[in-house]
Amino acid sequence: MIRKGVAILILLAIGALLMPVERRIDADQRAVHLRKPTLNLELRERIGQMGFLAALSGFRSPLAAILWIEAHNAWERTEWGRMAGLFDTVTTLQPRSPLYWDMASWHMAYNASVAAREDPKQPSEILRQRAERQYIQLGKEILERGIRNNPDNAYLQNQLGIILRDKLSDDCAAANAFLKASELPGAPPFYARAAGYSMAKCPGKEKQAYELLKHLYDKGEDERKPSLISNIKDLEKKLDVPPAERIP
Amino acid sequence: MLNSVLPIAKNTLTDLIRQKVFNILLVFALCAIGSSIFMAKLTFQEEFQMLKDVCLGAMSIFTSLLAILATAGFLPKDLEDRTIYTLLSKPVPRYAYLMGKLLGIISLLFVFTVLMSAVFCVVLWTREQTVLAETRNATAGMSAEEIKAALKQITDATFNINLLPGIAIIFIKAALLASMTLLISTFATSQLFTVMAAAAVYFIGHLQATAREAWVGDVTSQWWSKILVAIVALLFPDLQAFNLTDDVIAGAAIPLGIFLQTFGLGVFYVTLYYAVSAFIFSGREL
Repeated sequence: MIRKGVAILILLAIGALLMPVERRIDADQRAVHLRKPTLNLELRERIGQMGFLAALSGFRSPLAAILWIEAHNAWERTEWGRMAGLFDTVTTLQPRSPLYWDMASWHMAYNASVAAREDPKQPSEILRQRAERQYIQLGKEILERGIRNNPDNAYLQNQLGIILRDKLSDDCAAANAFLKASELPGAPPFYARAAGYSMAKCPGKEKQAYELLKHLYDKGEDERKPSLISNIKDLEKKLDVPPAERIP
Repeated sequence: MLNSVLPIAKNTLTDLIRQKVFNILLVFALCAIGSSIFMAKLTFQEEFQMLKDVCLGAMSIFTSLLAILATAGFLPKDLEDRTIYTLLSKPVPRYAYLMGKLLGIISLLFVFTVLMSAVFCVVLWTREQTVLAETRNATAGMSAEEIKAALKQITDATFNINLLPGIAIIFIKAALLASMTLLISTFATSQLFTVMAAAAVYFIGHLQATAREAWVGDVTSQWWSKILVAIVALLFPDLQAFNLTDDVIAGAAIPLGIFLQTFGLGVFYVTLYYAVSAFIFSGREL
């Protein structure tokens, strides 16, 4: 009995000595996003008791995978509302996985929105359009949350630009998103070109667009794509660039 | 000391292998192959992510279960078939006996982790080759640059060097659980108690970080609650520190410094629990 008491005291004393070390490891892991955010009661209600227990025991990723497959099955049955709920849970469980944010946003902004617009059960055109806009907005919001959780991810930022440009026709916001994406690590060169193209369509930003596209043009042959050249030529006319400064 | 530890470790490993624990590998392989076939209907990025999620999750579950169950069983078994008396009547110190047993179990966990990793890599590689072949067919006629980019996207989504430190952390977490179960079994009265207590510590360990923050942050005001939180924070290991695979699957890298710190913490806990087990076991009446 005495030995057991001494053993507990030893463990408590070493635990106290180890606490600063563990807290430092915890802080270091958090700094590189290797620690997951705390689970909350809202998630507990969504995934049920067993799911919550699994998530608490370090099985977040398999649980997220199972729920993702469930969302895929819901997609096959075109249960858009259920999919949105499952996506919310999956992205809460695995917020550092860009794939989940990207696919969830794509399903909502592209598949669900089109399905809502062409919903045969809804006779009102206005309500169909409203539902379409809501799903696009949801897709955009999913990406924005994904970006907040993965601020260094150029791909998600670029996807946001695509939704803003193609689905919401907001060229100014799209240009900003593409520009941010092009400045992030690992961004391919076409993100900067996409920023320039959208900026060229944004009223008041033509000069900035011209400077960006011209800068890319001056980088060399690899950047001189047909779209880049035609955009620069259009901007040269619009901005009345002197002939000597124009591209051949 | 090694002269007595190594034969015990070898015998423990052989004994555990004879108990057909490697049959779990079949279940793991079924999990991996079955899920890969089922997930072939998803996009390749989704498929590879799910495959990694399921396989690494299964690895974590199986190694943790094996660590707890194998360690919880040996002491009651040795007492029941009286091999412990034969062993300890020879010039084998009790701490050497425990160390041999623990080394045997950790060796088993190591072999088991390596074999599961091999199955996982084979399944992932097979699926990667299938998807690469499909993509080569689908992109025939495109420019070499486009084909190269498409193929790179696939290879980037499959193997990632960061999976290795992730798997190493799964192993050290299992070794920690084995050592912790050994500690419980030195004062437990039955195998069932050891398993139940180890499972409870497993769950508490995953909540330890929350308890620690509550204690340090002075969240609770009642004295008894403060003492309880302090005991949890000091007595149990922070097992969340060893759950790094979720983010590795998502593509995050484990910096070498953090990997070494985490692995070192695991090794320290294994040693600590072994030392305390040896201390308790040396005074136990057999």
